[in-house]
Amino acid sequence: MKSWPIIRPYVMIAPALIVFLLFFIYPIYYMVYLSLHSWDFISPTKDFVGLSNFQQLLNSSEFAKVLSNTLVYTFGTVVFSITLALFLALWLNRSTRIHRLAQTAVFSPYIISLASIALLWLWMMDPDFGLLNWLLSLVGIPKQPWLTDQNTALFSLILVAVWKGVGFNTLVFIAGLQSIPKDLYEAADLDQSPKWRTFYKITLPMLTPTLFFLVVTNVIVSFQVFDTVHIMTLGGPVNSTNTLVFNIYMHGFRFFNIGYASAVGVILLILLAIMTWLYFRLLSKRVHYQ
Amino acid sequence: MAQIQLKNVSKNFDGESVIERLNITIKDGSFTVLVGPSGCGKTTTLRMIAGLEEQSEGEIWIGDHNVSDISPGKRDVAMVFQNYALYPTMSVRENIEFGLTNRKIPKVERKELVYEIAEIVGLTPYLSKKPQQLSGGQRQRVALARAMVKKPKVFLMDEPLSNLDAKLRQQMRMELIQLHKRLGTTFIYVTHDQVEAMSMGEDVILMNKGKVVQQAGPMELYNEPNSMFVSQFVGMPPMNVMSIEDLVTYSEDSWSFQQQGVSYIGFRPEKIKLLKAPSTSGFCLNCEIINRETLGAEIIYQLKSQIGNIQGKSYLTPMVNEKKVYVEVEYSDLYYFDKDGNRISSIIRTEMKSTLTAAGEKTS
Repeated sequence: MKSWPIIRPYVMIAPALIVFLLFFIYPIYYMVYLSLHSWDFISPTKDFVGLSNFQQLLNSSEFAKVLSNTLVYTFGTVVFSITLALFLALWLNRSTRIHRLAQTAVFSPYIISLASIALLWLWMMDPDFGLLNWLLSLVGIPKQPWLTDQNTALFSLILVAVWKGVGFNTLVFIAGLQSIPKDLYEAADLDQSPKWRTFYKITLPMLTPTLFFLVVTNVIVSFQVFDTVHIMTLGGPVNSTNTLVFNIYMHGFRFFNIGYASAVGVILLILLAIMTWLYFRLLSKRVHYQ
Repeated sequence: MAQIQLKNVSKNFDGESVIERLNITIKDGSFTVLVGPSGCGKTTTLRMIAGLEEQSEGEIWIGDHNVSDISPGKRDVAMVFQNYALYPTMSVRENIEFGLTNRKIPKVERKELVYEIAEIVGLTPYLSKKPQQLSGGQRQRVALARAMVKKPKVFLMDEPLSNLDAKLRQQMRMELIQLHKRLGTTFIYVTHDQVEAMSMGEDVILMNKGKVVQQAGPMELYNEPNSMFVSQFVGMPPMNVMSIEDLVTYSEDSWSFQQQGVSYIGFRPEKIKLLKAPSTSGFCLNCEIINRETLGAEIIYQLKSQIGNIQGKSYLTPMVNEKKVYVEVEYSDLYYFDKDGNRISSIIRTEMKSTLTAAGEKTS
């Protein structure tokens, strides 16, 4: 058994490797394969059509709209929820009873299922009987159309996403803040550093690993938004909230155009891959790890 | 003038008193060491002087100013932290410069000051490096430079050498003493290490349980400890202390000391002589050597006697190989303490005839 030492490592990693190949690599391969074919799920044959699915989607104005919706949604969600979370974290980073209570309160939306949240907000955003418009009317602001208007629908979805995600981000930021050694702040105090400069020169640079982690995960989650779109708007009105994953779902499982849906999936994969690569190339250099 | 005075300063943490009515005067320009076992309040005291901790009661004066309610940055003090607290995201230059920038010192002047200081502490080649890229000793220098560049009235140091290895610590100790001579500013140095306290301090404040036990120069502290606590804290190994009650059984004269209020008798390990025959000229104990620590120039003996274990230390003398020896201490080297551990200095040099044999029989 001379070959055993050579084979052994492969045997050892085989279980993990098989799972990885079966559930990660094969689906990706199959998606790419499908994106080059025309198929409706039912017919026994898949017709090879080359890049025509891609050609079709790149020429479609719907796809352009879907892509821009996804980018706007992602940008809005990530920027708002991370900025808001940072301020909340700075504010709540104390361990008195009231601060801990507020931390829990801010975090609670995160543990509720997104479907329930979508229904709840659908209700609250009802233009005629919703809670939000009633609240606005109390301060004399006219009724907003929320999800029913092209101009406000996407923003409304961003609002829901921020509301759900901000608690988690806040908690991660608080953890980040607590890992900054206290004596740095004491040294800054002795150096007569004004509060804003201490924040800008010490707190923020020390938080960069946290910030980087949150940006990467938040972007990925936002890019894959589906539940709220499906429950609250179905991509409407007039495609104003139609996003990539929802688009894939509609083409694949509603219009049974699996080839086209797979092509969109491939584009999504490429976009996320490029972005992740960019983070590590550009951002990671400016991240301080201890 | 930057004499520092603590007047009736107390500190409570969550209702628990850490420091009670502390009165200290630290001389202008002195190298003062606050030393004591962990939890004695020395670091808290230092942090109160820095303003990082607010005193619960009392006043703190630096020079002619009552700084009790003044923020740390405005007290004109600089501090070197135990783990340096360098800003990890800033280069060495930025670290040193930070305090100057905050004081709105013009850029040209800032640059000059940073170079000047970097030259003094030997950091010039490392100015654009990040603290992470430096060794422990270099980080220590950055911390020092950051403190020095502000030209403060008082330097506060919180166990600054405890993270360095033994050799480097020795070297930095010398450098700090040189630095103090050169700057002539008041240094307040906190340590739990009596060796550091003795070797560096011009004035040593020994604290225990939130109180000052003794404030004196290192030699006075060693020669004239005012209590059993001081005598056992200062010196390595600590002073041998034995209860007079144990001694009474063996010694004719012990009772007369007991009458004078003596409860404990002590002597320094380095004051003993190891003899083959019982001595007639001093305090003598019959002992068995149970261990020898051979450190080179000095040898530390662990000795077992009738009244408990004692330690002895000899310098530049051949090792004693016998198992059974007589330990002799001159009467003038004995210290007497009352039942609360306070020194009774009135009976120095009184003779006490006490020679103990292994069997516990009197031989003198």
